[in-house]
Amino acid sequence: MATDAFEEIAETFDFLDDWEDRYRHVIEMGKAMEPLDESLKIPSTKVEGCASQVWMVPEIEGEGPAARFDFKGDSDAMIVKGLIAILHALYSGLTLGEVAKVDAKAELARLKLEDNLSSQRSNGLQAMLGRIRAFSQQSA
Amino acid sequence: MTFDVGAVRADFPILSREINGKPLTYLDNGASAQKPRVVIDAMTRVYEQEYSNVHRGLHTLSNISTEKYEGVRGIVARFLGAPDEEEIVFTTGTTEAINMVASSWAAPRLEAGDEIVLSIMEHHANIVPWHFLRERQGVVIKWVETDANGDLDPEAVLAACGPRTKLIAVTQLSNVTGTVVDVKAICDGARDKGIPVLVDGSQGAVHMPVNVAEMGCDFYAITGHKLYGPSGSGAVYIRRERMEEMRPFMGGGDMIREVTRDAVTYNDPPMKFEAGTPGIVQTIGMGVALDYLMGLGMENIAAHERGLRDYARAKLDGLNWLQVQGQSAGKAAIFSFTMAGAHAHDLSTVLDKRGIAVRAGSHCAMPLMEHMGVTATARASFGMYNTEAEVDRLVDALEFCHELFG
Repeated sequence: MATDAFEEIAETFDFLDDWEDRYRHVIEMGKAMEPLDESLKIPSTKVEGCASQVWMVPEIEGEGPAARFDFKGDSDAMIVKGLIAILHALYSGLTLGEVAKVDAKAELARLKLEDNLSSQRSNGLQAMLGRIRAFSQQSA
Repeated sequence: MTFDVGAVRADFPILSREINGKPLTYLDNGASAQKPRVVIDAMTRVYEQEYSNVHRGLHTLSNISTEKYEGVRGIVARFLGAPDEEEIVFTTGTTEAINMVASSWAAPRLEAGDEIVLSIMEHHANIVPWHFLRERQGVVIKWVETDANGDLDPEAVLAACGPRTKLIAVTQLSNVTGTVVDVKAICDGARDKGIPVLVDGSQGAVHMPVNVAEMGCDFYAITGHKLYGPSGSGAVYIRRERMEEMRPFMGGGDMIREVTRDAVTYNDPPMKFEAGTPGIVQTIGMGVALDYLMGLGMENIAAHERGLRDYARAKLDGLNWLQVQGQSAGKAAIFSFTMAGAHAHDLSTVLDKRGIAVRAGSHCAMPLMEHMGVTATARASFGMYNTEAEVDRLVDALEFCHELFG
């Protein structure tokens, strides 16, 4: 079991039969996500290794392994923005200890999206997951 | 001779495959073109029956390989209208060619404050080698911008040339907007000023007949993989006077006559500029590709592509939510576009699901992107095997994108 928010997304994707509907849903999630404040789109928050521009900012409450993890993110590409929304659902509210234990690949595979992502985008996904791990390790 | 696009398509094995369950619609020819069966078969035949190193041995296979490889010089000379095949140097592509000219011709001749004139439309391959000279020896790069339609005025290029301008380096055809440059007018004017001209023919030679003698350029570079030939192949025409002014590029086998502990003497051009074992089979494959193109007739190919351009332009202009970058009247069938609400990467990802291959990004032309005020575009670049039905497929898919992202 992942977070409630992610389980809800997984349930929705179970109902979507074809790639067009899956993409439509990812794009809608991207559109619904709150955009990152322009002042936070700076080199230090930019995630390198993505075909489009991606920014991620950690928001950690408390200290030690019990601290709660959250982040904000944004992209200039709508599909990537949708992916960030999915990652947000997957990780937001976990303790730092729990973040390290998430098998992101296995969870995302449940959405049957991986096949639909071009390799460039998959690379971007790897970079985003790497950034999340780095956030949690720096703070733990 | 008429151009039968159906027959041409049948020559390209890959065009019959499917992508994501849809027929492949290959509109990324600006990045690299697909290969006809004759090229694939010729390369296989060399590897299976005729392969050896060239210029080395006296055995049968070495002779066959050398004969076939050297035969390509004459094919390239015919394809480019070069007066003499000795003025053709083999390269791995245009990038190597321009780096060669920068390093072997320009670097030893240009001093701090000397100028090189470039258009804003240049590919990074025709920018970065000149930046090297700027960084290393204080050479000044002067930029000439395009107008609102994406056209480049030859007079503006010539007007940018001053007493210290030592070279004009310009593309014949923009890989982003499809704008065709009147390079002959630039060469004519430059000759009066005594300024050599390098023409980047990466795109131009693919879409129109080229004759370097009539054009009057000093350097003209082509890339095999965009000409329906193998990757890693290419050639550059270098006017004899310029070739005589050039020092060697890379050092190694083939480019030398004699090497001692204390001295080295060089081979005669063009081999002076071809160090090491070359892309033997790739070059032979490029020769076959150029023969194939000449067999079809570059005029016929150009006419077919003009038809595609007109058809695609009318269709894309009808999409009022699509912003096409560059509206030059005489442009090639290359269309870069953006759509509000969707990033170029979003568009290419969704188009790929429909089996349509386009490129998204800055197209190795960041100064042009900045000039146009965009960070990324999606680009549909047509080739000789594309059809109006494929234009329709693109338009349908873009309409779907508009609905999806709008």
